[in-house]
Amino acid sequence: MADFETPTLKPYPVIPAIEIGSMAHSQPFVAKEDHQQKLGFPGELVDDWENVAVKKLGELVDKSRALRVFLDSCVKCGACTDKCHYYLGTSDPKNMPVARQDLLRSVYRRYYTLAGKYFPSLVGARDMDKSVLDEWYSYFHQCSQCRRCSVYCPYGIDTAEVSMAAREIMDTVGVGQKYCNEIIGKAQTIGNNLGLPEPALADTLEGLEEDIEEETGVVVRMPLDEEGADILLVTPSADFFAEPHVDGLIGYAKVFHQAGLSWTLSSYASEAANFGMFIGSYDNMQKLALRIREAALELGVKRIVFGECGHAWRVAYNFLNTLAGPFDFLDPDYPVPQHICEVTYDLLQRGALKMDPSANDDMVVTFHDSCNIARGSRMGDFEGGQLVIPRAVIKASCNHFVDMPADAIGEGTFCCGGGGGLLTDDLVELRVKGALPRMEALHEVTEHHGVTHLAAICAICKSQFSKILPYYGFEMDQVVSIHQLVSNAIQLDGQQAQ
Amino acid sequence: MSLLTIAFTLLFYAATLILVAGLAYRIRLYARTPTPLRIPTTPAPTTTPGVVRRMFFEVTLFNSLFKSNKWIWLFGWIFHAALLFVLLRHLRYFTDPVWSWVELVQPLGKYAAFAMVAGLAGLWARRFLVDRVRYISSLSDHLMLALLIAIGLTGLGMQYVAATDIVAVKAFFLGLMYFDWQPMPADTMLNLHLLLVALLMIVFPFSKLLHAPGVFFSPTRNQADNPREKRHLPTQGASAAQATAQAAESR
Repeated sequence: MADFETPTLKPYPVIPAIEIGSMAHSQPFVAKEDHQQKLGFPGELVDDWENVAVKKLGELVDKSRALRVFLDSCVKCGACTDKCHYYLGTSDPKNMPVARQDLLRSVYRRYYTLAGKYFPSLVGARDMDKSVLDEWYSYFHQCSQCRRCSVYCPYGIDTAEVSMAAREIMDTVGVGQKYCNEIIGKAQTIGNNLGLPEPALADTLEGLEEDIEEETGVVVRMPLDEEGADILLVTPSADFFAEPHVDGLIGYAKVFHQAGLSWTLSSYASEAANFGMFIGSYDNMQKLALRIREAALELGVKRIVFGECGHAWRVAYNFLNTLAGPFDFLDPDYPVPQHICEVTYDLLQRGALKMDPSANDDMVVTFHDSCNIARGSRMGDFEGGQLVIPRAVIKASCNHFVDMPADAIGEGTFCCGGGGGLLTDDLVELRVKGALPRMEALHEVTEHHGVTHLAAICAICKSQFSKILPYYGFEMDQVVSIHQLVSNAIQLDGQQAQ
Repeated sequence: MSLLTIAFTLLFYAATLILVAGLAYRIRLYARTPTPLRIPTTPAPTTTPGVVRRMFFEVTLFNSLFKSNKWIWLFGWIFHAALLFVLLRHLRYFTDPVWSWVELVQPLGKYAAFAMVAGLAGLWARRFLVDRVRYISSLSDHLMLALLIAIGLTGLGMQYVAATDIVAVKAFFLGLMYFDWQPMPADTMLNLHLLLVALLMIVFPFSKLLHAPGVFFSPTRNQADNPREKRHLPTQGASAAQATAQAAESR
């Protein structure tokens, strides 16, 4: 398959001994000139880049309390050292959150602290040079910004903030990552990460409508750009394209149909994911967020609902109101935005959906809490709803549900290994190794509880699992969308008996 | 006045000034740096009283650390709790008459010093014994522990090995406070203890000891999880002047 060894699944998790430099070779492809320039970044390494980088770092620290406090506060206690899935899967000590932060903190100390200016070797301060930049490029693209370290840090230091800052500095000096920057360019010009133009989108949706009618005998619509609809659905573009995502999209359509809700997709804002966050670029994130606002205004909708996605939901839930608000033109009776799971959950609570969970009796399901949903957002009106509501929707849709071990789910959930802008084939070794902790937890419930399927709620998780499950001896189609389970179980009025 | 007295008098004025001014500067900087986005680590409280509760347990019981690693929590918590008692006990050198509750914690403080040194020793041992922690430790991390342990040991030394003239020590510090300078006793253990304490006060605002004020400003811990209910403005937390400048820029 590839020139690396897939880690072996151990019966119980083991913290590996450090292997210095074991992932130093891992680097994603560098962005080409036009990918860079589209986002307002220089096309190649700029002259005097060392000073440009140091100056940018200073600006970022001045603009972000989080960054400033995080860079100052770490005491190197070691609490985070065994918490990152990339460390657990690769044994490379620079994948320990504190060591990853130190790649940037060492430069901050050198130029922005008294101790680092006068006693650099005492506090581990380093000059900004090419070897530092290379290390940054390698290891800040081995962080999926999953925030697991921030749960366990006594000061709440979130390495995601540090890696976003590092990526923005690298973009500023002209060394961007191809995967993220190319995708952001597509989303900003065409409207979605996959670069699907309106006709292709319309065609896909029409095809899906036919599929549903063929399967159920019921006409379920998938409206696109329909003015006057009540709900604008914004969903990751993978939902239009790949298994098992597309089965989730069918599920949303069935829920809206059965509940009698009027909805539409937008070809202009046909992407929920916001890769601007991955590269730490406020401006690019805001540009993408504003497309959603513009689409909502144009179509005259009353609500905005997001499809199954992880980082997208973090940006939507936490940042959308800041980046593109206020949303006072929408119906004040509903939160802005809402997650599709919240919509389905509310309908289930009100008894507005008829479900036949036995439709999923061929599966024993477990649920992978997506990192950015579990630790970077909420669902519902109570603390921790993001952990409760997806499970409630799954349990309403299937009879056999088992959770993975407690330290691998909930707020301590492990990233799938492909988040944060790393879901690219040039990082496949990292993705496979980073998935180890999740695969061990899955293996555990497979062995002891006969789990057959892994339900996911994020486009990146679904794509990542489809790709890496076979490396660990599972089947790629063992990953399912939550709304795929809903789709199987929901009883549409007038539906043919199967 | 002896040279020793002059040196220690000047040293403690300087150390106090650096500690207070340095911390005030840093805290002001934290308070005036904007928080562009909402980033609480969830599940997080949805209200301000909830945030206060979360922060209270974070700084008194080290909740997150407890979830993370029981050994670090044990050593770290013992050290900090013992340090608190030790500091309270030392109030007797700055108050006359000594406050009655300080008298009450006084005996506890004596034993707390042992716990403090034990906690520090545990933390230091981890820096040698655990390969991951050894990897991330720089020279300053070792020196900081050495400094704290040396302060603890010299303090214990005066308590249990070579008693010092505490009446004179108290007179010296009260003298500092009321600008009525008194002699510093020439006692090696005492002088070393005080020298190290002054050093600690001086490095505090320039070192990782900034985690003490820092934790209160950590957005992942001190923000309420209510972005849909309450719009977070990108300039939130910034000073008014900065906010205006940023608004002008973004137009």
